[in-house]
Amino acid sequence: MKQPSFSFLSRILAPLRAAYESLPPSVRRWTMPVLLVIFFIVALFSPAFINLYWQQVLIYVGINIILAASLNLVNGYMGEFSVGHAGFMAVGAYVASILTVWVFPRWGWGEYIPYLFPVALLVGGLAAGLTGLVIAFPSFRTRGDYLAIVTLAWNMIVKSVLENIDAIGGPRGFMGMQKLTSVAWVYVWVVITIYLLRNLVYSNFGRGTLSIREDEIASSLVSVDTRKVKITVFVVAAFFAGIAGGLFAHIIQFINPRSFSILKSTDVLVMVYLGGIGSLGGSILGATVYTVLLELLRPLQVWRWVVGPLLLVLLMIFRPRGIMGMQEWRFLVPREERVETLAALMERIRRKGEAVAAPAPVGGSSD
Amino acid sequence: MQTLIQQVLNALQLGSVYALIALGYTMVYGIITLINFAHGDIFMVSTYVAFFVGTALMSQLLHLPGIVVFVLTMLAAMFATALLAVLIERFAYKPLRQAPRVSAVITALGVGLFLENFTLATIGPDPRFLPKFFPVQTFTVGGVAFSNVQIVIIAVSAVVMLLLDTIVRRTMVGMAMRAVSWDKFTAPLMGVPVDRIISITFAIGASIAAIGGTLFGMVYTVDPYMGIRIGWWAFISAVVGGIGNIRGAMLGGYILGFVEIFTPVILPASTYRDFVAFSLLLVLLIFRPYGILGRPVAQKV
Repeated sequence: MKQPSFSFLSRILAPLRAAYESLPPSVRRWTMPVLLVIFFIVALFSPAFINLYWQQVLIYVGINIILAASLNLVNGYMGEFSVGHAGFMAVGAYVASILTVWVFPRWGWGEYIPYLFPVALLVGGLAAGLTGLVIAFPSFRTRGDYLAIVTLAWNMIVKSVLENIDAIGGPRGFMGMQKLTSVAWVYVWVVITIYLLRNLVYSNFGRGTLSIREDEIASSLVSVDTRKVKITVFVVAAFFAGIAGGLFAHIIQFINPRSFSILKSTDVLVMVYLGGIGSLGGSILGATVYTVLLELLRPLQVWRWVVGPLLLVLLMIFRPRGIMGMQEWRFLVPREERVETLAALMERIRRKGEAVAAPAPVGGSSD
Repeated sequence: MQTLIQQVLNALQLGSVYALIALGYTMVYGIITLINFAHGDIFMVSTYVAFFVGTALMSQLLHLPGIVVFVLTMLAAMFATALLAVLIERFAYKPLRQAPRVSAVITALGVGLFLENFTLATIGPDPRFLPKFFPVQTFTVGGVAFSNVQIVIIAVSAVVMLLLDTIVRRTMVGMAMRAVSWDKFTAPLMGVPVDRIISITFAIGASIAAIGGTLFGMVYTVDPYMGIRIGWWAFISAVVGGIGNIRGAMLGGYILGFVEIFTPVILPASTYRDFVAFSLLLVLLIFRPYGILGRPVAQKV
């Protein structure tokens, strides 16, 4: 994984990075957790100083990050082309909503609902993950275009089934959810998602995923259990889409089957490819840029829906890799795998003095 | 029995339109292995062209006979839509021919959404009706009622499909198409102008969709999002028949027409038809991933 090629960004951040590199390793190890906690506290108290509108935008950004990062696992890291992510989102959204609106009050847990919210989300995510198997099994036999069609059909089937179950509102939709999603909750789930996906991607298992992207048959020859990898990837991606769905349902407090149509899936696709495939940092950037851009374009009314697709087409023609395709933010790469910056390398050589004749092999050392 | 024949006629009518649109999907896939997701919206644009041209020509000032207006409208829609498709191919797909195939598919999705939303922004969401080109007459034979419009739709579609089949199998252009489809790298060595053949394929696919669009507009309403539903159904038709296979697309179109008409007959509500169609697709793809008439492609390392 190379460094992002943003020379201007790197240049701006260079002094900061230099200052960071000069800190002792024990301090550096704790920088990330401390920063995460600080951000969490900021998110927790954000309602005090951010207006309702921008809170909502932040929440959408977070939900979209979860969606884009999980779809990136399938489309970017495993190289399949899934077009049905909104289907899993719908499952998560409906299951979580049914839990908080019907099941919990019926069991007399009505007053604990704000505390049970994560449970509802988890159950919604698990239900969505289970349906991920629907895509996983056909993927053993078909690849590429045909698997894309399977995922598309899946999205349509979910929408159609939801429209036909009258008990949960059918085409009229489902409502009655409390506004449980807050900036802090979304923040927590984004951190969990990115952390877990990052660990997954850099595990041995993640390398199996990457090898399927490069060549499925060849990877099976080097004893990658392609079926196991595929099932896990589809289920994990569906799980996080379900979580995102639950969060989504509890911010807009009204869901109907149309909210999870192919258009929603396309939105997520745009974010993934805008950010760049095979990059969690890219998904974070892509989701943020796309969501904020659409909000800023709100004065254009109908015309803003023209901008997204046009952006996608231009992006594919002029920068098919997206903002940072196949590159990763440094802090998301495990320490053992980071490519050393030139400055750090020089520093190490200087410290070790003349004794070092040649730099250590790249990626093999820790700092 | 009479209702059965009645429904079969309805299914044939709808299936004809699906088959005509499915042909565009399958031809483009056959020649450059691209799922042209924008095709449904190209069809939508064609019905709008038919709407505007048809309304203009039907105005009282011209006093043209209905049948002439019908033919002129269809030709105008075919020409405009073919031009649009060729332009899309030239500016959106051609730069991506060497890129990973997913890029082109995403671009096609983007182009489709762009066409939908652009139409929505410029023309508006209200459904519109094509003018009546000729008075609708209803005949009753043995208790089965059918209109002249229905006959026109079924007959025109059949003629167009026969014509296309002949073009692909008997003419030089068709031979060149099959050559490019067979081997993109060897065909140019035999003197086949690949770029021009691809453009011609897009143009033919789009004009057939325009014929389908004009016929469709004679019976149903026109709105910016019609391309999604009709387009998806036509797309399933192409896949069910075996995408890349022209006769498969025709067969698939009629199968889907029958599914749509007969689902409400068997199941309680018409809202189940999407569910039935897509489940059919899913099951078919699991057991026969290359469609009914398609041939499996061996994967190589």
